[in-house]
Amino acid sequence: MRHTSQTRREIFETRQRRRANLLAAGSTAAVLLALVLLVPRAPGWDAVQRAFFDGQIFLDTLPGLARAFVLDVAIFAWCAPLIALLGLAAAIARGIRRPALTPLRLAAIAYIDIFRGLPVILVIYLVGFGIPGLGLPRPWNSPYLWGSVALVLVYSAYVAEVIRSGIESIHECQRAAALSLGLSEAHVMRDVILPQAVRRVVPANMNLLIALQKDVALLSFIGPVEIFRQAGVYKSLLANFTPYVGAALIFLAVTIPATRYADHLLARQQRARS
Amino acid sequence: MNRLLPVALACLAAGPALAQNDCAAGHTISEGTLTIATGNPAYSPWVLNDDPASGEGFEAAVAYAVAAEMGFAPDQVSWVRTSFDQAIQPGAKDFDLNMQQFSITPERDRMVDFSEPYYSSAMAVLTRASVVEAEDLSPDLDSLKGLLWGADANTTALPVLMALISPERDPRLYGDNTDVTAAMKAGQIDAALFDLPTALYLAAVALDDGVILGQFPSERSENPDRFGMLMPEGSALKPCVDAAITTLRENGTLAELEVKWLQDATGVPVID
Amino acid sequence: MGLLDLQGVTKSFGDTPVIRGIDLAIDEGSLTCLIGASGSGKSTLLRIMNLLEPIDEGAVLLDGQDISQPGLDPQPIRQRIGIVFQSYNLFPHMTAAENVMLAPRRIKHLSRAELQAPVTALFDRFGLTDRMDRYPDQLSGGQQQRVAILRALAMQPQIMLFDEITSALDPELVGEVLDVLRQLRDDGMTMVLATHEMGFARALADRVCFLDQGRIAEEGRPAQVFGNPRHERTRAFLHRVL
Ligand SMILES: Nc1ncnc2c1ncn2[C@@H]1O[C@H](COP(=O)(O)OP(=O)(O)OP(=O)(O)O)[C@@H](O)[C@H]1O
Ligand SMILES: [Mg+2]
Repeated sequence: MRHTSQTRREIFETRQRRRANLLAAGSTAAVLLALVLLVPRAPGWDAVQRAFFDGQIFLDTLPGLARAFVLDVAIFAWCAPLIALLGLAAAIARGIRRPALTPLRLAAIAYIDIFRGLPVILVIYLVGFGIPGLGLPRPWNSPYLWGSVALVLVYSAYVAEVIRSGIESIHECQRAAALSLGLSEAHVMRDVILPQAVRRVVPANMNLLIALQKDVALLSFIGPVEIFRQAGVYKSLLANFTPYVGAALIFLAVTIPATRYADHLLARQQRARS
Repeated sequence: MNRLLPVALACLAAGPALAQNDCAAGHTISEGTLTIATGNPAYSPWVLNDDPASGEGFEAAVAYAVAAEMGFAPDQVSWVRTSFDQAIQPGAKDFDLNMQQFSITPERDRMVDFSEPYYSSAMAVLTRASVVEAEDLSPDLDSLKGLLWGADANTTALPVLMALISPERDPRLYGDNTDVTAAMKAGQIDAALFDLPTALYLAAVALDDGVILGQFPSERSENPDRFGMLMPEGSALKPCVDAAITTLRENGTLAELEVKWLQDATGVPVID
Repeated sequence: MGLLDLQGVTKSFGDTPVIRGIDLAIDEGSLTCLIGASGSGKSTLLRIMNLLEPIDEGAVLLDGQDISQPGLDPQPIRQRIGIVFQSYNLFPHMTAAENVMLAPRRIKHLSRAELQAPVTALFDRFGLTDRMDRYPDQLSGGQQQRVAILRALAMQPQIMLFDEITSALDPELVGEVLDVLRQLRDDGMTMVLATHEMGFARALADRVCFLDQGRIAEEGRPAQVFGNPRHERTRAFLHRVL
């Protein structure tokens, strides 16, 4: 009998669940309805719609924006691996225990502290205009090159801190066990500590990658015409903000799936730990 | 107090007595005051020393002259600062007129109102002596195509650049004059396109070895770069402002102010 | 002189003396059990033998060589002295076989292929053949601890140190781990064992040392220490744990 008919508890829980779902659907619908009905009634809605949501401008500018976005993706694509490498190196240098290598460790600490503390845009200006201003010839003064260097410097500092937190989260016993086998410090780090540490901080690093994808746009301050600069040009020529909405949508099309994926990784990791 | 003197001078330059004219009455955002916006910062030679209330600089002087025509005494003019974005954003504005070398274009005119133009500018090529030497530049289109170009992204220089020069490599764009000249000093761009007065100013002040290679006279380009005062779309003030500017143009005041505040551009070669 | 000799060893953590002058000779092929209350210094003593802790005074000799002098490269020494911990400490990102192969691969520069046969033989011997490709979290506590022993054995050490390797295990899993120790003893492995398993110590140890507050309060053959303790503190301790 138990298997074919529901117990009283099961019937109760089903009813509860149905009620909760109804409530959720109802309240969501109410909020959406209020937004759709009320916002257009605001006295300034016409002006806002014309300035931000002009359908024709949206369609006209979208292809140009998408073309400019390729540059964002390219900058991201060559910065990300460099950031991973430099971040890892800085994290390792930061954790060096051997006294002879203390200068390296201090340099890593100074580097991480300074670049984590500076606004990205300032570093981009300083490195992007400053270093080429010393008199480098083309192509070595390219804003793409030095803008990317600025991004790599800043983001590697963040990544280094994240990896370091991962290294420190690995229990001392793992180190002792590896050392007791006669492995060198370098092998202990490479084979035992880092693989575990890096795996642990994948979600945190995913978030940094998403932030990087957005900060790539800051390179436009020193010349490269990427999507936000392109949107700004359209805005200036048309005296209309709609191109920014287009740019934002293109960005979201990339960052939302990436964010979801990061959340998914985080959830999986938490499940695995519990 | 010492500020009043230049202001008074500007008013004298603006012509005869303050015509008491009430076409603006009831149309300004605060009664009895004309609120004019400029950039933050405002650049020379349009506004000297980032101080529009001094009446020094071409736009500052024109502003007081227009105000006088509209019936506002110098002490009835108040200044605010806006970015370009604030000038075009929807919703209530905190200025009656916005004056920062806004070029009049049909596309912009759909979103905001422009006054009659108060200035027509030639576009000029700003570069550095070292570049002229290295590239053996001459003021002709062919030698300009191969350069690496820059421009201020918020101006109409870019479409002019693409239409007149159509450079071989994509131009690089910047947020303001300072960044354009910084890129020039860093050797990241060879040349940049500006309105002539701005180019002359930057060549003289912002760059050590700045050179104006040449100009495209305004009547030559398809869309001459004409500066107008920007007003919110449908502004009731527009007829009043237009009348004032027309008067100032016809009675020669605008020409006088140009002579007074804008550097003499004779001798800048014309590019063909 | 034994294979491993401790001579007047002392060790403090900050102001707290933990080892207060220990002399101990470990004979080749012998099984020595360290017993004593929690905090008496058993783990610290084992970590000293493996050079995981530096000592303050005294000397540790391996085959007559002073291995405790500062500045000595600990790596080759550690390869000769294996240690197994209470908490297994397997590397969780590697399979059981990879755990065992890591040290020989890195230190002896042997390839996985070269190691396949000997490592499989090792797993076979201790009944873990079908667990070779499992990750640690797919193994029971007893299996993990046995893999940890294999990992230490893979470097073919002269001495094996065991630090309460059954304390974290469910009682029904203790037996399979002790069986491994029995096997090693029969092979003639030199072993030092910190343990709370008094039954095992009594049955198999060649010698039992009772540690009390960082000193060896009493040592002797198990029958003597357990059957007829000379010291009051030994008696009190045994009374508590038995
Ligand atoms: N790294 C350390 N820093 C400071 N004190 C320590 C450290 N390691 C051990 N101690 C202290 O040294 C003393 C001896 O510890 P040890 O772990 O050697 O004891 P034990 O006999 O192994 O105890 P148990 O049976 O609980 O494992 C204890 O008082 C402990 O708190
Ligand atoms: Mg212990």
